[in-house]
Amino acid sequence: MHGTRILDEADRLMTVCNSCRYCEGLCAVFPAMEMRRAFSDGDLNYLANLCHACGACYVDCQFSPPHEFNVNVPKTLAIARAESYAAYAWPRALSGTFARNGLVISIVAALSVAAFILGFVALNDRGVLFGVHAGAGAFYKLMPHNAMAVLFSAAFLYAILALVMSVRAFWRDIGDPIGGRADGGSLLQAIRDAGELRYLHGGGVGCYNEDDRPTDRRKLCHHLTFYGFLLCFAATSVATLYHYLLGREAPYPWWDLPVVLGTLGGIGLIAGPIGLFVAKMRRAPELLDEARYGMDVGFIAMLFLTGATGMALLILRETAAMGPLLALHLGVVFALFVTMPYGKFVHGIYRFAALVRYAQERRTEGT
Amino acid sequence: MGSKYDVLVIGGGNAALCAAIAARRGGASVLVLEGAPKFYRGGNTRHTRNMRCAHDAATEILTGPYTEEEFWKDLLVVTGGQTDEELARHMIRESKDILNWIVEQGVRWQPSLGGTLSLGRTNSFFLGGGRAMLNALYLTAERLGVEVAYDAEVIDLVIEDGMFLAARVKRPINGDTEIRATSLVAAAGGFEANIEWLKEHWGEAADNFLIRGTPYNRGSILKMLLGKGVQEVGDPTQCHAVAIDARAPKFDGGIITRHDSVVFGIVVNKHAQRFYDEGEDIWPKRYAIWGRLVAAQPDQIAYIIFDSTVVTSFMPTLFPPIAGQTIAELAGKLTLDPAALEKTISGFNAAVRPGTFDHTILDDCRTEGITPPKTHWARRIETPPYLAYPVRPGITFTYLGTRVNKEARMLMKGGRPSANMFAAGEIMAGNVLGKGYAAGIGMTIGSVFGRIAGREAAKHARN
Ligand SMILES: Cc1cc2nc3c(=O)[nH]c(=O)nc-3n(C[C@H](O)[C@H](O)[C@H](O)COP(=O)(O)OP(=O)(O)OC[C@H]3O[C@@H](n4cnc5c(N)ncnc54)[C@H](O)[C@@H]3O)c2cc1C
Ligand code: SF4
Ligand code: SF4
Repeated sequence: MHGTRILDEADRLMTVCNSCRYCEGLCAVFPAMEMRRAFSDGDLNYLANLCHACGACYVDCQFSPPHEFNVNVPKTLAIARAESYAAYAWPRALSGTFARNGLVISIVAALSVAAFILGFVALNDRGVLFGVHAGAGAFYKLMPHNAMAVLFSAAFLYAILALVMSVRAFWRDIGDPIGGRADGGSLLQAIRDAGELRYLHGGGVGCYNEDDRPTDRRKLCHHLTFYGFLLCFAATSVATLYHYLLGREAPYPWWDLPVVLGTLGGIGLIAGPIGLFVAKMRRAPELLDEARYGMDVGFIAMLFLTGATGMALLILRETAAMGPLLALHLGVVFALFVTMPYGKFVHGIYRFAALVRYAQERRTEGT
Repeated sequence: MGSKYDVLVIGGGNAALCAAIAARRGGASVLVLEGAPKFYRGGNTRHTRNMRCAHDAATEILTGPYTEEEFWKDLLVVTGGQTDEELARHMIRESKDILNWIVEQGVRWQPSLGGTLSLGRTNSFFLGGGRAMLNALYLTAERLGVEVAYDAEVIDLVIEDGMFLAARVKRPINGDTEIRATSLVAAAGGFEANIEWLKEHWGEAADNFLIRGTPYNRGSILKMLLGKGVQEVGDPTQCHAVAIDARAPKFDGGIITRHDSVVFGIVVNKHAQRFYDEGEDIWPKRYAIWGRLVAAQPDQIAYIIFDSTVVTSFMPTLFPPIAGQTIAELAGKLTLDPAALEKTISGFNAAVRPGTFDHTILDDCRTEGITPPKTHWARRIETPPYLAYPVRPGITFTYLGTRVNKEARMLMKGGRPSANMFAAGEIMAGNVLGKGYAAGIGMTIGSVFGRIAGREAAKHARN
């Protein structure tokens, strides 16, 4: 017996799969499973987070429903995965946030946006919010750079702290207690695997979404989103360096590095999430964890809004819309940061940790 | 969908799809009638994992050469010579090319695996298993314009003087219940799911058989063909049968109900008596005899008995072993006579001679002075908990079939080739497999004769 019903079901399926093993060439889950004969809660959470939800093992399984063995690995692991996020959340008191994630995100986002608008108004007079500002330092007419930096660093550092604490709990549960640290080779391997989404390829043909015809669409959209996010992050980092090292103030001209990175990233963060949303809408219901629909869509929406408000700001920054758009953008980004440890964002972190563990296991097995 | 096709294919498994694709590539219009609903399409092919093909050199999926001659020798051994040499050699020759042809149809192979099966040299493994392989074949067929109807059981064939005219389906296709075609490919599998038919040859014992594969292979097409003048081949009591877990479902339990622990323990019947040398030969060579052995025991039940020292030596199992701290407790749970089981085990233990255990070779761990002996891997059963799996005969597939020639064309009684009827797969496997079995050969028969049947059927239709 396991901690939850879904882990009981995951255990049942892994027992079926371990005596079958037909799927062992499809992804990392099955070889990792084969290294075990019995499955602890931690093992199951590990396997659940190794799964990339490509759907191949459902479409390829001779025992998927309506067969009486009722084997549905992608869905079971998706639910187990989502439940594991809450189980490892830090602080524990906030683990319930995952369950109400969609609602929480909307409230936090709305409040953050409102706070920025109010803050701008309070810092300045109304005219400034709707005024036209141009040239270097235009943004800081609305909010001093230092205030911005403090706010965002605080949100960001909190997110990092919460994530690190959660991943530690996860790692302890799935890793071996003694040699629990990862070696460089395994880390590199995991970075490569995560970077190319190696296991979202259904064993080579693409992933399954609305029917039994595999495509690479979800993978592409995920790449756009992920690399879009990284580019935006890089843009912000470069801008910060510009500010402190070179004393150059935003906004920067369109050809300057932070803007180029931000523009490319913004396009990714708009196109990627739209594609992921469409894929989710069309995904075959038997592969979908409906209960987590809100959380997934909420996260996709936040990423999309980050990209969209950022791009709108870039295009309209020399008009009277700049003030409200800046407030909106900063509000969205702020909300994204503080909700990160309690929503779908964590899937990437846990999956990465699981990939590191997998690389490590393979090395010790010598395969 | 018109109701007259160049080629009509009955069945929906590997043999049927290979035939349909080959016929379509040969320029024919093709309709596939699959009796099962979409999920169950592809009968027993869904449960397969690998295919045996000759090849002259190692590849990334196969560890070494497997020559035509070696394949032929292996076939000769398992069938004890009960095979049509000309057809068999023809199949083996064609199997070389099939390895690549299958890939051209979108099927993917798995790089050779470490696993528990020592087949990496002779057999190629489907990436994702048989259903993945079928899915690929269906996608290709669909893309080429082959029409497929599910839930389309054929209930009658109109055949005149060895010439196929039409098939009747249970569910109307395009408003018609009668489908006409210029040529026919019968690829509807064997009759293993037809317990009544099995009983004709096995008697009441067949009630205790478990059917490892699809419930849809009832042999109806085979029966119709044999009833309409097609020459039969093979022995109806010959089939591929293994010992599978007695707790498995009646049908479709597939691969995961098998046990490979026999060589690590002993096997007793319901009287707690051993009845065969469990250590006769390396397991993959011998696993296919245990279905028959158990079928010959009272009530068609037997128990594999071993102890806690070997539980990790074989593949993990779907059903957990039944455990007891003492032999008597275990016997109680198995409803065996405790005294009899204790006697069998102590007698066995006393007969075990010291040796060096190695289950990958025919080692020197054996018994002395008991009947039957255990000639290899014999070790005392003495470390509790004592464990057991109950097993029954699990029927994989049957060998009675339609006789064909090298063109996969059916032969009528008297030897005359049919004008337009071809057969492929399990429905004609008996031509090659008179008895016995070599892993992966079911897929070889289906792919090789499927491709030939499709090609020849298209050629006939377009003439
Ligand atoms: C558990 C298991 C594991 C196996 N593993 C392997 C393996 O690894 N390698 C290997 O080579 N072989 C394996 N085999 C054997 C292999 O499955 C068969 O040899 C092979 O499937 C035969 O292919 P086929 O196309 O002739 O028949 P099938 O794949 O059984 O297809 C027959 C089709 O005919 C349809 N049908 C039947 N009657 C009618 C009707 N009246 N009208 C319309 N349609 C009808 C059925 O629905 C079915 O789709 C395995 C078998 C089992 C049960
Ligand atoms: S998902 Fe199905 S086919 Fe794949 S390993 Fe599990 S039981 Fe076997
Ligand atoms: S990654 Fe794909 S193949 Fe692997 S377990 Fe998840 S859904 Fe199945």
